Amino acid sequence: MATQNVERTEAQPSPRKRFDVGGRKPSDASLLTPYVFMAPYLVLFGVFILVPVFYGLWISLHNWDYLLPGKPWVGLKNYVDLFTPGSTTYEPFWQSMEATGKFTLYSVPLLVLIPLLIALVLNREFLGRNFFRTMYFAPYVLGVAVIGILWRYLLDTNVGLVNYYLGQLGLPDNIPWTNELPWGWVALVGPTVWWTLGFNTVIYLAGLQDIDPALYDAAKVDGANRWRRFLHVTLPGLRPILVFVITVTILASANVFGQAYLITEGAPGDETQTAIMYLAEEGLRNFNMGSAAAMSYVLAFFLAVISVVNFVLIRYRED
Amino acid sequence: MERATARIEHKESRREPGQLARLILSYAGLILLTLVFVAPLLWMLSTSFKTNLEATQLPPNWLPEKFTTEAYSTIFSTGESQTPVLRWFLNSIVAASAHTVLVLATASTAAYALARMNFPGRNFLFVAIITTLFIPQFVFLMPNYLIVDTLGWLDTLLAVIVPGAAGAFGVFFLRQFFLSMPHELEEAALVDGANRYQIFLRIILPLSKAPLATLAVLSFLVNWNDFLWPVYVLFSPENLTLPPGLSILQNAYSTDYAVVMAGGVVASIPVLLVFILAQKYVIQGVSRSGLKG
Repeated sequence: MATQNVERTEAQPSPRKRFDVGGRKPSDASLLTPYVFMAPYLVLFGVFILVPVFYGLWISLHNWDYLLPGKPWVGLKNYVDLFTPGSTTYEPFWQSMEATGKFTLYSVPLLVLIPLLIALVLNREFLGRNFFRTMYFAPYVLGVAVIGILWRYLLDTNVGLVNYYLGQLGLPDNIPWTNELPWGWVALVGPTVWWTLGFNTVIYLAGLQDIDPALYDAAKVDGANRWRRFLHVTLPGLRPILVFVITVTILASANVFGQAYLITEGAPGDETQTAIMYLAEEGLRNFNMGSAAAMSYVLAFFLAVISVVNFVLIRYRED
Repeated sequence: MERATARIEHKESRREPGQLARLILSYAGLILLTLVFVAPLLWMLSTSFKTNLEATQLPPNWLPEKFTTEAYSTIFSTGESQTPVLRWFLNSIVAASAHTVLVLATASTAAYALARMNFPGRNFLFVAIITTLFIPQFVFLMPNYLIVDTLGWLDTLLAVIVPGAAGAFGVFFLRQFFLSMPHELEEAALVDGANRYQIFLRIILPLSKAPLATLAVLSFLVNWNDFLWPVYVLFSPENLTLPPGLSILQNAYSTDYAVVMAGGVVASIPVLLVFILAQKYVIQGVSRSGLKG
């Protein structure tokens, strides 16, 4: 969850602060010391991060069926297939990309706006605000598996609480949330918003607390009302955080898997089968690992483009 | 804190009649929102103590009419079972704890070297490690499956303990903290003849309790909740962790919601406990990850 960090401060030790304190020459042992400290992590890093990045590319250039002895080289065929209508992977892959795209489109605005509103409320000083923050954040510490089975029950057409209370309000009480569209999207987006809203709220709150209170006082002196203060003090002060929240939320939404796996199970048909779900099933259940690896690089490329566009737009506005 | 009291007094001094009504309305709204977040969790807990019949009965009883621990006896039943929830629980505890220890041990030493030592290749290593933070996790799925298979770790807890510890977040996070520590600490110790290992163990680590606790709590939660990876690398019923187990439980007891919810409660209690006890660290970790953005 919290892996989207961007390095800002590149603090370099000053030349004086080297490890040969007091002009003492470092011995051979102390020359090795930094590498000894690095070694355990570097082994993990090499085996499970560095090697896989290239190994994955290698796999994607083969017809890599895990269960078969031969893994013939096919060059770029796995990639070409993904862009060739009529190939075996074209249709399901783009349908899953569309599902992920729709999920992202529906959930990101909600996850950017609602937490902002809640954070603005919680940023004021009143009795019990930490309690409320804790309560809103609580679902986030649960795993997607718990969220999935819980909402599958709550959204059950016949015995679920959601339909029951809708009925009490005089609304239809027989909505097939988990197996028909457009309800399936609600069944994926709703629980996701409920689950992860607290994360974005906490990030906004931290950002709000970094805005200099003097700016608000100055705006008040200038006669700015509450809305103008929000527009001219809060929003500009929050911009880096806003960018962070939008980017992280888009990336997290593009990774959606568990909700679709547990709540809708991809239904109806494969319409809510997300990209990650399709490539995981294709690669790790059907063992077409070559084409699944190709899909993962295509999806990663898409996300990289989106992130770069995000970044460029923001830089442009900063100038 | 002083500022807070000052402001409240300031407000109080000019409170008008309409403001009380507004205050009550605000709290009503906040409490309603709290219910939205908490009620589903309470419903899960309540259902787990019902009979299956009552779990599917409408109108719903928010408190079990007939309180029973049947669902828990079902999932905790010993003997041959396709859904040994107790076993999954133990597996999850072992995996998340071992993972956390591994992350702390490897990330703290690497972060210390990167933050406080000068050595050839340091900047290159740092840039290489940081760059990988931007690679989406799903890119590693296929190759890491094959690597884990080569190591003979498929369908063992090692598959869910070790690969995840290679993530760069912990190194990055601790390095930031180590950078902020005053250099005089080490210089004095070096002059006194202490070596780097002693300094790290006796000076640096004891002064880093808060960030280490934050990293420990986050690592534990992330590993405990991990779903996609264990769904595919663990397959024998006795080797699962709770998240893939819950998926199996949902399929095996698709109509017995009391049992499925009991499984959910078992998977929730440890993380909710960690959250309540270490709330400060969780929230700090999350907000810091944002602030550095």
